[in-house]
Amino acid sequence: MNPPEKKSLDLYAMTWRLPVIVWQTIFFVGPLLFMVAMSFFVVKNYRMVEAFEFTNWEKMLGRGYFWDSYLLTLGLASLSTVVAMLIAFPAAYALAFKVSDSARRWAIFLLIIPFFTSYLVRTFSWYVILAESGVINAILGYVGLGPYTMLNTKFGTIVGYMTLTLPLVVILQTFALANIDTRLVEAAHNLGCKPFATVWRVVIPLAKTGLIIAALFCFILSFGDFVAPYYLGGSKPPTLPILIIDTTKSGQQWPRAAVVAIMMMVTLFAVAFAALTAAYHKRGRS
Amino acid sequence: MTLDRAVTWVLRAWAGVVFTFVFIPIIFSLVFSFNSQRFPTIPLGEFSTQWYQTILADPDVWQAALTSIIVAVCTSVLATFLGFCTAYSDYRYNFRFKGAYLALILLPPTIPLIIMALAMLAWFSRIGASGEVWSIIAAHTVLTAPFAMAIIRLRLNQMDENLEAAAWNLGASEWATMRHVVLPFCKPAIISAACLCAAVSFDEFAIAWFVSGLNKTVPVVILEIVTGNIDPQVNAIGTFVFLTSMTLVVAAQLLFLARTARGTKQGAGT
Repeated sequence: MNPPEKKSLDLYAMTWRLPVIVWQTIFFVGPLLFMVAMSFFVVKNYRMVEAFEFTNWEKMLGRGYFWDSYLLTLGLASLSTVVAMLIAFPAAYALAFKVSDSARRWAIFLLIIPFFTSYLVRTFSWYVILAESGVINAILGYVGLGPYTMLNTKFGTIVGYMTLTLPLVVILQTFALANIDTRLVEAAHNLGCKPFATVWRVVIPLAKTGLIIAALFCFILSFGDFVAPYYLGGSKPPTLPILIIDTTKSGQQWPRAAVVAIMMMVTLFAVAFAALTAAYHKRGRS
Repeated sequence: MTLDRAVTWVLRAWAGVVFTFVFIPIIFSLVFSFNSQRFPTIPLGEFSTQWYQTILADPDVWQAALTSIIVAVCTSVLATFLGFCTAYSDYRYNFRFKGAYLALILLPPTIPLIIMALAMLAWFSRIGASGEVWSIIAAHTVLTAPFAMAIIRLRLNQMDENLEAAAWNLGASEWATMRHVVLPFCKPAIISAACLCAAVSFDEFAIAWFVSGLNKTVPVVILEIVTGNIDPQVNAIGTFVFLTSMTLVVAAQLLFLARTARGTKQGAGT
């Protein structure tokens, strides 16, 4: 089993181990740490000056509009997660238990396709479909309804978020459900548990870890997405990602954008920690 | 029992609705790209290839396509190399801080792209490399290497642990074993990882938008057109991007699935 020769400094092992450490330190850890440092820099005459001041933190966190954005983004991402989980669950349940193996494989393959189509183009497509004179209102017009305003509303934003997250949520939920021990479900059934009670009290608890991970991914994606709230939601008020773009692109206030980004990271860490704790928490009694 | 069947059909129908929702924007984008109306609605206008003619006559689009291809190819080579190195290190060795080592490569996809974009923009201008094509490549490599690592690691899982040892016992050096045993075994996964990394890079717009400067990639051009006004050119460009990405993905799938099935049988034989 042993490799031919053993040296204290193993050149062969290091050849494979070091490239990633070097590359990710320069191009992943470096940028993130620099962003944290940058949040303490100051901007003078449109130029960034290296410093250690809390001005940006005070300016951003002391303003109402930052917290409005923060709560809006948190609310929208939470709403998106709830909606995606509810829409996806019956579909994932069908794919996991009510179709053949080959149909499930095909379904998963179909759900991977959207990841490789441009999310921007799909959003633009929705923009045209949902518009005042768009496809949906034209169809509704034939039966004498509408026109409804769907763009620049929360509904539009959620449609955009669903475009981004729904395929992934269905895939993850399907895996979570397909992996549970169906004998336990049959046992519950045989012991007289009603179908809906079986889903609620047996299937969902068994698939808990996978379901929570699906919800977590949905939250992370929605929380960080600027396309849906910008193009379909009208960006008024802006969500945090839009705030980052505005602050960076037009305001040239990179340090303040960094403050927003760090607040987002901290929030995501907290949510991820809570979600993973819940996902892997085992109940004392069964 | 009839209730059971009814529930089954309702669930399947719901799955159908979800699939419809997922595919509506993709299908409509394709339809709109051949539609003469500037603002497409129902009833559709006439069949037209004018949007394709417009983009094919636009030098900016060609320039962006070239940049995108360069970025995608370089990214896929670098990311696959890094992914292979990490996957092999994880497969073969145990060492201190291995968890941190793996986190280093696996974490980037969990961080929102917009945050990575800002961090990359600031970092590259700090080290004097803002607006360079290679800075997009570096950023995309960080983003895609984890996918390459995952695919190659799955393939290494199928490799018999004694295979390497057998080669060593027969007198091959570690390097020769890598070249004649490990690399050939991983080849399908390596090619498939390269295709996937290229496809992801080809579609990425947030980081590219922040970092690219004047060297715009195709998704950045799409972003700028979409921001400007309603312009069905986007659908035409989208169709090309879709065809490119799907070719890469299907190639990756076919190579990975086909060779994996065959490789497992070979593995069982030895």
